[in-house]
Amino acid sequence: MATVVWLTLQLAAVVTVVLLVVSTPIAWWLARSKAPWKEVVGALVTLPLVLPPTVLGFYLLVAFSPSSPLGQAIEGVFGQGLPFTFEGLVVASVLHSLPFAVQPIRNAFEAIGDRPLEVAATLRASPWAAFWTVAVPLARPGFLAGAILGFAHTMGEFGVVLMIGGNIPGETKVLSIAIYDYVETLEWDKAHVLAAGMLGFSFTVLLAMRLVERRLGWGGQTR
Amino acid sequence: MTTTMTTTMTTRVRARARALGLGLALLLVAAPAARAEEALIAVAANFTAAARDIGAAFEAEGGHSVTFSFGSTGKLYAQIAHGAPFHAFLAADVARPEKAEAEGLAVSGSRFTYALGRLALYSPDPDRIGTDGAVALAADDVDRLAIANPVTAPYGAAALEVLAALDLTDALRARLVQGDTIMQTHQFVVTGNVPLGFVALAQIVGHTDGSRWLVPQDLYTPLRQDAVLLRAGADSVAARAFLDFLRGPVARDIITGYGYGLDDDGRG
Repeated sequence: MATVVWLTLQLAAVVTVVLLVVSTPIAWWLARSKAPWKEVVGALVTLPLVLPPTVLGFYLLVAFSPSSPLGQAIEGVFGQGLPFTFEGLVVASVLHSLPFAVQPIRNAFEAIGDRPLEVAATLRASPWAAFWTVAVPLARPGFLAGAILGFAHTMGEFGVVLMIGGNIPGETKVLSIAIYDYVETLEWDKAHVLAAGMLGFSFTVLLAMRLVERRLGWGGQTR
Repeated sequence: MTTTMTTTMTTRVRARARALGLGLALLLVAAPAARAEEALIAVAANFTAAARDIGAAFEAEGGHSVTFSFGSTGKLYAQIAHGAPFHAFLAADVARPEKAEAEGLAVSGSRFTYALGRLALYSPDPDRIGTDGAVALAADDVDRLAIANPVTAPYGAAALEVLAALDLTDALRARLVQGDTIMQTHQFVVTGNVPLGFVALAQIVGHTDGSRWLVPQDLYTPLRQDAVLLRAGADSVAARAFLDFLRGPVARDIITGYGYGLDDDGRG
């Protein structure tokens, strides 16, 4: 049971880091771009929010399969395929949790408005410097919310993992799958331990986020 | 004005009554067909294709209809134990139907063996499995081996027994990929995501491609598959009729057609 919890925490941590790296440029572009088709990209990024996880799992299974060009390319580069591996779960979870990270970061960037960046420009800050010294610090609550939501969402990942995980202990058998297995095999005492832990964790995360949001929200009012 | 309104209402009520009468008449005409019942049967995943064929033959023959729910034997048992409304249970082992009988979930004395399952090693690659499957299993390039979840699926448990009998458990333990049911295990292999896997023979009798190894039956405990009438189906004419049909010649032909054995010794 400890293996399962540890593996799930590792997965959530790796996914969160990757999510922040991937989501930041997407969120920045969505917040700042004037392109008329930017909402098309916005909708694409938000898709995993409404798609059944089985749809995502099905497409990933097809795309990652060694008989598909993408699957062959991945195997050629990394020496192994993505389905039934920890790395495969990372890729799947990043896609599945993308809207949970992009949306709060985008909102935070949009809330900054043009003025602070214009002021930075008049002070001869390059756009790159303005981004790091003005936009990112001001959008900190968004980053925090995105990270927490992405982390929590990955902790509870189930449908996609069931389809491309293969239930391998120490590799792809995450918490939600373990709970499912325990319920199916009528080992309710173990299911209870994990389920209660998950319930407590989720509540703590949401409560912590609200508290942090309020504090940072007040701190961010200085502009 | 009031009179007109009353008249209109009376007309409406009359029209409605007439419609109701017509509906009742139609219902009476349709009544003989409505007496046909529906049987709700829980079926172990390995028997999916055979059950569909048998169900079609059953419905073609009699007036009853049958609906199947497919899943791993262990999962279906858990659902039955928690009040799932299934009338009968076609398991992939003896243990769960026996347990259902012992715990009062099934009608005692209704249990019988409907098929003897066969385990097969399958690969979509025609050259991967030669005459001896043990050689294919021991090959260095077997990076993944698919089996069904051994806790809930009897075919998965049988696969582990085969690995143990061949002394390959330690070599392959870290490479095992588990399907939630034998259906998912089959899917993992057919999609090429896993090079080879232990599936039910019934799932691959139709495949002409790929390579296979019919696992010798002395390497695993026989997959005796029992059916049992459940308490929820004790009064179901359709469920009893289906179980009778399952024992009949038409169903037996379909069952052997999918590569299953029959329990003729026990039949006497």
